This record gives sequence, structure tokens and C-alpha cells, in this order.
Amino acid sequence: MTSTATKPVSALLYRSRRLRLGSLLTLPLVWLVGLYIVSLALLLATAFWRVDPFTSKVTPAFQFDAFEQLLSNQAYLSTSLRTLGIALTVTLLSAAFAIPLGIYMAKIASPWMRGFLAVAITLPLWAGYLVKILAMRVTFTEEGFFNSFFGVLGISGPGFSQPTVVLTLTYLWFPYMALPVYTAIRQIPVNLFDASADLGARGWTTVRTVVMPLLMPALIAGSVFTFSLSLGDYIAAELVGGRTQMIGSIIANNINLNPPVAAAFAFVPVAFVVLYLLGTRRTGALERM
Amino acid sequence: MLRLTRGARVALGAIVAVVLVFMYVPLMLVIVNSFNAARIPSWPIQEFSLRWWGAAFANEALWTAVGNSVIVGLGAMVIALLLGTLAAFALQRFDFFGKQTVNLLIVLPIALPGVVTGVAFSNTYNNILEPIGIQLGYLGMIVAHATFCIVMVFNNVFARLRRMSPSMQEASMDLGASLWQTFRLVTFPQFRTAFVAGALLAFALSFDELVVTIFTAPAGVDTLPLWIFNQMSRPNEATQVNVIATLLILLSFIPVYVSQRLTRAEEDER
Repeated sequence: MTSTATKPVSALLYRSRRLRLGSLLTLPLVWLVGLYIVSLALLLATAFWRVDPFTSKVTPAFQFDAFEQLLSNQAYLSTSLRTLGIALTVTLLSAAFAIPLGIYMAKIASPWMRGFLAVAITLPLWAGYLVKILAMRVTFTEEGFFNSFFGVLGISGPGFSQPTVVLTLTYLWFPYMALPVYTAIRQIPVNLFDASADLGARGWTTVRTVVMPLLMPALIAGSVFTFSLSLGDYIAAELVGGRTQMIGSIIANNINLNPPVAAAFAFVPVAFVVLYLLGTRRTGALERM
Repeated sequence: MLRLTRGARVALGAIVAVVLVFMYVPLMLVIVNSFNAARIPSWPIQEFSLRWWGAAFANEALWTAVGNSVIVGLGAMVIALLLGTLAAFALQRFDFFGKQTVNLLIVLPIALPGVVTGVAFSNTYNNILEPIGIQLGYLGMIVAHATFCIVMVFNNVFARLRRMSPSMQEASMDLGASLWQTFRLVTFPQFRTAFVAGALLAFALSFDELVVTIFTAPAGVDTLPLWIFNQMSRPNEATQVNVIATLLILLSFIPVYVSQRLTRAEEDER
């Protein structure tokens, strides 16, 4: 009883579950809802506002002009589709390299090599976003390494173009695909491989019929990262894409000139990501992330 | 065992080699180019020099930007540590209506594209707060960074709490310790490594963030990524960027080393 008298706060909290939960949740919720969700809601509201074409000043209204432009403007539409295509290509490319890498690491490499490769894939994650984009710039610039190195063979590089954007985004997000895929392959019980071999399956058949189905959850989990990170990016397009534009470029270019259009466009990648998540949710892969 | 033909093994090995070349040759080119005397990253390098290293170290704007990045990173880290730890305790120790929603709320700022988060904050700052006389300025940048850093601390602390038994804390309370004493002497030491890992990740995430910063940095204030970005956007990119990028590549060994030490420390604790 003495503790109740001398430690009133502790005692009060100890008695009331609601008070304990409240004292833990209030600050994070005030921050996330009060600052972030309110900001997102205000941004969505801005999409319906009216903009003065001369001063770029917005006034509260309820009109669908911005959304109409989004659908009717050919350039906007093709940019959305291009961005979607880039994000899907990056995802497929990452998976295409992550699977053989994972199989090699888990099934062929020696323990030392396995450890080395695990660190080697993780290390670039820390090297910094712009550092990696700079690395791609240095590699593919007009008089840079790629053109000079492969020029001997008569091959000229992609320069700063859409393929370079795809390569750069793959470069940036590949580890997010490679790590879950490798982990998943390692977790496949060894006797499954033995059984497959005993039943007469060759290596390729085993990979196709045993490894691939068990790999789906990891591939989907990885693809959520590669897909949504690529979809929202526009810095790569700006720095290595030449004239390539992505959804983010339109948002960034319009935020001061035409805020309603920028606001409406901000919800395009969000819609794509939500649709993608809903599509993958049925597989149950996300619960394991 | 997975039975693969010799050819298949060689093919797989070749793919791994391609991946490693693709990952590391560009980074090495950055390092080598920081010693390139030329103004553009031309290859092969004609003349090596320390010219850009000297210029970078003498560049005050660059070091001011580094200072800003450190301040913003530390600010965001402290806020994220507080909010992320509170949220982790709430979601780990209690069952309540809307738990999934709170979880989603924490992940959302990092799940949505940076440009959406950045534009949302800048819209609030410029079109809502500024007209009513509130200028967040520098603080606005820290607020935005902290928002997407919360999840880093949350994830780490939450995962650790799940493995911790609450009986030690109950024992401590039964012995008459106050809530704060119990937290300080019993609970905190048990999740300290997760707390440090979360802090490190939050700082690193903020230190590297460009897009949200573009939209929320006050005029005339550069963080390091913003400075690099502005340099790279110019047609004749200043070669000092290669120098700072080289330093960042070398610095990236630290978190990898620390995380390996932390995992080892964790294994020792168990």
C-alpha cells in the first residue's frame, strides 16, 4: 500500500488499462493523424480546388477539372502508362536476376562465399540513393566508361534515356528483391530437393516445379518494394533519363504552377500501389513480411 | 541436394558474376573519378589529381549542407525514437479496436512515394499554415523526416518486445518499483540493442532522404542530398560530387559493421 501513496502516477496507471494505452498511443496518433493524415486529406481536397491560371493561386471549390485533365491530356495519360511499364520492367528484371543469384547462394556457394555474397548484396543498400544514381551517370555518360569500354566492340551505350532509367531503378532496388528471395530458397527443406531428384527430376525441372512455387511469397514481397519504389521515383528519370518523364515529374513540375493537377496526380501512384497490394494480398504473401 | 549439370552451375555462376559487376563497377568508377582531373567523368582517365578533393574540403556550402543533414537526422531520430517506442509498446502490449489501422498509419509514410509525402507536407506548410502566420521553416523539414522515420524504430522495438516476457516487469512492479524505475532498470536494458538499431536506421533514412526534403526544405537551406542533387542537375556537374560520394561509400561500411556487431551481441545475450 505504501507504493500507492508514494507513487501516485504509477498506481493510477497500474489500475487503469485505458489510461495506460492512452498514455502510450496519444502522442504517436496526434503526430500521424494530426500532421500526416490531415496533410494527405488537405492535398486530396486541393485536387478539387480552383486555380487562377495567371497567378497560380488556389481558391477552395469543388470541381473535377484536375481529374478531367488527368484523363483527357494525352501526355499525362502516356506518362502514367510509361511509369507503370517502367515499374513492372524493373520488377521483372530484379526477379530474373534475384532467382539465379538466390539459387547459387543457397545451393552452390560454399559457406564462406555465401556469407560474402550476403554482405555484398546488403552493402550497396547503405551507399546512398544519390550516390548510386551518380554511379550510373558516371557509367553511362556520353564519354564515360560504358561507351569507352564497349565501344571497342562497336557497342554504344543507352546514354541518358528510358532504358537507363530502368537500369538505374533496378540498380537501386535490386537488394529488396534479392534478399527475400535468397532467404526463401534457403528455407526450403533439403529433402524436397532429394525427393525431386529421386523421382528423376533434373535440376531445371526441380527449379521449375519445386522451387518456383515455394518462392512466390518471397517474389511478391520483393516485388512490392521494387514496384512501389520505382513507381514513385522521378529523380532517376530527371538525372539519367534524358527527356523521360514519370508520374513524379508531373507532380513536382505542377506543385507551384497548378497545385490541383499536382494533387490529383499524387493519387495516381497511390492508386496503382493500392491496386497492386490488393492484387497480391490474396496470395497471403504480405503477412510474412 | 539440387542436382545441376556442370553447364547449369557455370551459367548460374556467370549470372552471379554479372550481378556483382553491375553492382560494384559503377561504385568503383565513382571512387576512381573523384581523382579524375577532368571536369567531366570521361573514360579512360587522362590525368589523375587531388584537385577536387582539395576543392571539396574547402567548400563551405558543402559542409554547411552536411551539418544541416546531421541536425535534421538527429532531430528526426529523437522524435522517431519517442513516437516509435511508444507505438511499439501500445501495439505489442495491448489489444484494441483499430490496432491494424494504427499499424498501417505507421507504415504509410514510407509506403507512399516520397513525392506524395513531400507534396502533402509542403501543401500544408505553404497553403494552410503560412496564411495563418505559422512559419515552420527548418522545423518543418524535421517534422516531415520524423514522420517517415517512426516506422524504423517501431519495427525494431516491436520485434524485440514480442520476444520479451512481461513477467520480469511484473516482478519489478510487485517489488514496489515505480513505472519509470521498472522501465529504466528492467525493460529498457532488454530492448536496448533494438532501440539503438532503430535509431541508426532512422538517422540513416533521414540522412539519405532527398525527395521529401526537396519539398519541405526552407529556401536557401541545403541538406547534403539536396546539395548533391543541385550539383548533379547542372549541365557541367562539379566533380566535387564524386568526392563526397566516395566518402559516403566508405561511410556505408560503418552501419554494416555495426549491424553485424549488434547481431553478434544479440546472439551473446541469448
